[in-house]
Amino acid sequence: MTEITSLSLFELIKNIKEKKISSNEVTKSFVDRSQKSKKLNTYVTENFENCLKLSKEFDNKPNFDLKLPGIPIAVKDLFCTNEVRTTAGSNILNNFVPGYESTVTQNIWNEGGILLGKLNCDEFAMGSSNETSFFGNVQNPIAKDLVPGGSSGGSSSALAANLTPVTIGTDTGGSIRQPASFTGTVGLKPTYGSCSRYGIVAFASSLDQAGPMSKDVKDSSILLEVISSFDKKDSTSIDFKRNNYSSELTRNIKGIKIGIPKEYRVDGMPGEIENLWKKGIEYAKDCGAEIIDISLPHTSYALPTYYIVAPAEASSNLARYDGVKYGLRSSGESLIDMYEKTRSEGFGEEVKRRIMIGTYVLSSGYYDAYYLKAQKVRQLIKKDFDDAYNKVDAILTPSTPSSAFKIGEKSNDPVSMYLNDIFTVPVNLAGLPGISIPAGRDKNNYPLGLQIIGKPFDEQTVLNIAYSMEEKINYKNNITDWWME
Amino acid sequence: MDGIMSKNNSEYLIERNDNIYEVVIGLEVHAQVTSNSKLFSSSSTKFGAEPNTQVSLVDAAFPGMLPVINEYCVKQAIKTGIGLKAKINNKSVFDRKNYFYADLPQGYQISQYKYPIVGEGNVILDMPEGQKQVGIERLHLEQDAGKSIHDIDPSNTLVDLNRSGVALMEIVSKPDLRSPDEVNIYIKKLRSIMRYLGTCDGNMQEGSLRADVNVSVRLKGSKELGTRCEIKNVNSIKFMQMAIIYEANRQVDLIEEGEEIDQETRLFDTKKNETRSMRSKEDAHDYRYFPDPDLLPLEITDEFIDQLKSEIPELPDDKKKRFIDEFKISPYEATILVSDIDTAKYFEEVVAKMGKNRDMKLAVNWITGELFAVLNNKNIEIAHSPISAKNLAKLINLIKNGTISGKIAKTVFELMMDGDIDPQIIVEEKGLKQQSDPKALEALIDKIINDNREKAIEYKQGKEKLFGFFVGQAMKVSGGKANPQLINEILKKKL
Repeated sequence: MTEITSLSLFELIKNIKEKKISSNEVTKSFVDRSQKSKKLNTYVTENFENCLKLSKEFDNKPNFDLKLPGIPIAVKDLFCTNEVRTTAGSNILNNFVPGYESTVTQNIWNEGGILLGKLNCDEFAMGSSNETSFFGNVQNPIAKDLVPGGSSGGSSSALAANLTPVTIGTDTGGSIRQPASFTGTVGLKPTYGSCSRYGIVAFASSLDQAGPMSKDVKDSSILLEVISSFDKKDSTSIDFKRNNYSSELTRNIKGIKIGIPKEYRVDGMPGEIENLWKKGIEYAKDCGAEIIDISLPHTSYALPTYYIVAPAEASSNLARYDGVKYGLRSSGESLIDMYEKTRSEGFGEEVKRRIMIGTYVLSSGYYDAYYLKAQKVRQLIKKDFDDAYNKVDAILTPSTPSSAFKIGEKSNDPVSMYLNDIFTVPVNLAGLPGISIPAGRDKNNYPLGLQIIGKPFDEQTVLNIAYSMEEKINYKNNITDWWME
Repeated sequence: MDGIMSKNNSEYLIERNDNIYEVVIGLEVHAQVTSNSKLFSSSSTKFGAEPNTQVSLVDAAFPGMLPVINEYCVKQAIKTGIGLKAKINNKSVFDRKNYFYADLPQGYQISQYKYPIVGEGNVILDMPEGQKQVGIERLHLEQDAGKSIHDIDPSNTLVDLNRSGVALMEIVSKPDLRSPDEVNIYIKKLRSIMRYLGTCDGNMQEGSLRADVNVSVRLKGSKELGTRCEIKNVNSIKFMQMAIIYEANRQVDLIEEGEEIDQETRLFDTKKNETRSMRSKEDAHDYRYFPDPDLLPLEITDEFIDQLKSEIPELPDDKKKRFIDEFKISPYEATILVSDIDTAKYFEEVVAKMGKNRDMKLAVNWITGELFAVLNNKNIEIAHSPISAKNLAKLINLIKNGTISGKIAKTVFELMMDGDIDPQIIVEEKGLKQQSDPKALEALIDKIINDNREKAIEYKQGKEKLFGFFVGQAMKVSGGKANPQLINEILKKKL
């Protein structure tokens, strides 16, 4: 039998249900491998002992009706987990232990999942390389000193390195899809309002969305089915009829219309990305899809719009980390002094940069020129998609303008770092579902991803297209375990 | 001559060097919404609990916590808007007002900035000179902050978050008020309307009603508004009035000295009776308002508003009109009786219990006279009156049907207070029933005239003053029980 840790979630569930392996055996395998993989720096907080204990409890009293029967799962450290430290990758929450559980993780535990640990991420999810984490950068298992993407970099790395069968991330401007693309894994950002934001440390409230990350498309459909739910505790949660994504998953996409937006052919796009996209179009055709050229005219405004809206919301969302109630408190001579010292020591450079940008664009005298205008442009970007969806069922683009880069390569050049999100950001601004699937390799053999964007609440079509193309692409990660002693 | 020349209650004029200034006032009243739970969380709003015992994760702004609107508070705000004869907006937006303070856990207050739930309306003030209409600019919903306590620990500030997140209605008036007296009447009227509606208890001691006062002055007759100063967070009508008087005079002095008035925020020092600069316009906070992305715009249908309209009770202005029409009492009396919902309720109950042969004049006089005096003396709310409306009505009926005189009634009233005793029982037990038997009274008067023959002769010779003497004698001999009307009639006849 293949190693347990390299099995897909679907296979693990099947084996557990058929009593071929126990939850404890599965858990042990992932714990063992995780313990040998500290060099990747994926875990911020390990929950191994408790996870092993709970897996035994599951085996003693198994419930095979659950969707994730006794499956150990590590999650991004942005999800608040009851009695387990939650840091958001920040010094300011270094010692924060919530007394409550996020809705998304609770949904996982309700279906039999067991918390394996909390995974590294960019500080407050602000970053595209996992280099802004207070807990240090994360290694991409694909190659040494390669970034795993961000902000869900600990998640993508742990997943690609087989330290967790599946994981969940959050995606504000590409933080699930870009790291998935960089690590040869699958990452889905659902429609805004699908997964509750309750208990997720907020970055930019109108953009944040949790989603599944997995080794293949089927696993993402299983996990999405578990985490997507209407939640009264989140006023932006939407009460729509959710599909049984995994059982409705099909490779029959014959006649589905897929749009190719010309504006995504950006200047300076590497030839390998261009070629990947062309290949993707051929795969889609092979699957029976009809390819249609479309236009999303406001695409070039998406990135500047995003870098106004997201920092503005973040500057306000992060105001609560003031040293008064929880988290880090530095001593000061006065209240203001305490605030200044706490926030200076508690936040890293990138977070400070975004707080400054956000504060600036909301300031009186600048609000109309920046924030208000950005909101108007956001509506235009959304309308671009609405118009396109009159003609097509989904849209195919590259996930990122490049493959994974080296650690340190872009950390001193924020704008170049921000450009990484150019293909993913419009999807968040429009609140749409989008998936990244591995589709090829660059000259260094680093993975490259393709993105499929769907209509609002039409995750099923997105998954079906991805599932169908995945079979044709037949991508397999080549992980050498270089980091193990 | 310099000085304050207040012609009447509706104007507060200041004279300096032959210039006459008037004061212009606008109020931002913060009224705590009567509700069991907070605006965006399910924590209790009960006043006076142990510090930090009514705080949810949302109120303390824990990571990942999200606000969820309390529908009841929205209904309360709409009802208040209806009471202010204001436009209810079908769409309103919650914004974040960003600033740092220890008792503001989120680092922002959720409020409504550009799109409030309630738009323009008005309030009628009953001034001694007649009615005056004060414009309402808007009403919006917002969260209250917690409390910073500086005087318990010598070296630390303590924070109590019980109040954090409690719903407030900010009611902004137009700059239509012209005197401290008008401010008094305005606040009382607002409070009265909200108490009728049950949307705010108006308890100023507990901080349920506080106000920021905007004051400016201008030469009387001028149409332009002067530069205003905002006096923050004043929590009693008396202090508001003191602050306005101080501030108006300070501004006039500055103008007379040829100086400019700085638009600024000031604080009222209640101990020194003066306002002090808190921050100038230049130092004003930049609150960086923007729509709260955690909350969707609040959308209210006309059906929802109509449903609430149908639940609105009779409000003071309508009640006053009805009292005048139906009970034929004076506008002045009606104003007093409707000013407080419990007084109005009490009065209406008295009227109902008096039955067919009711006497409104007696009812009004007894409530606003004897009863108010007792309540005032003992500092009791009318809702807890020691004499029930039912028994007061009985007492009034005993006077009306001649069973007791007005004078005896006062004695009975005193006795009734000892446990809300039925006046009928007191009258019977103490034998206080009025003597109204003409024959018995004639005999009594005959005896008095007989005993005071000389005075009777003097009266007949024209010394009419002595009539009072004979009445007094009759009352004295009867122990106050003689029917004074009959005594008068018989005396006139006999003398």
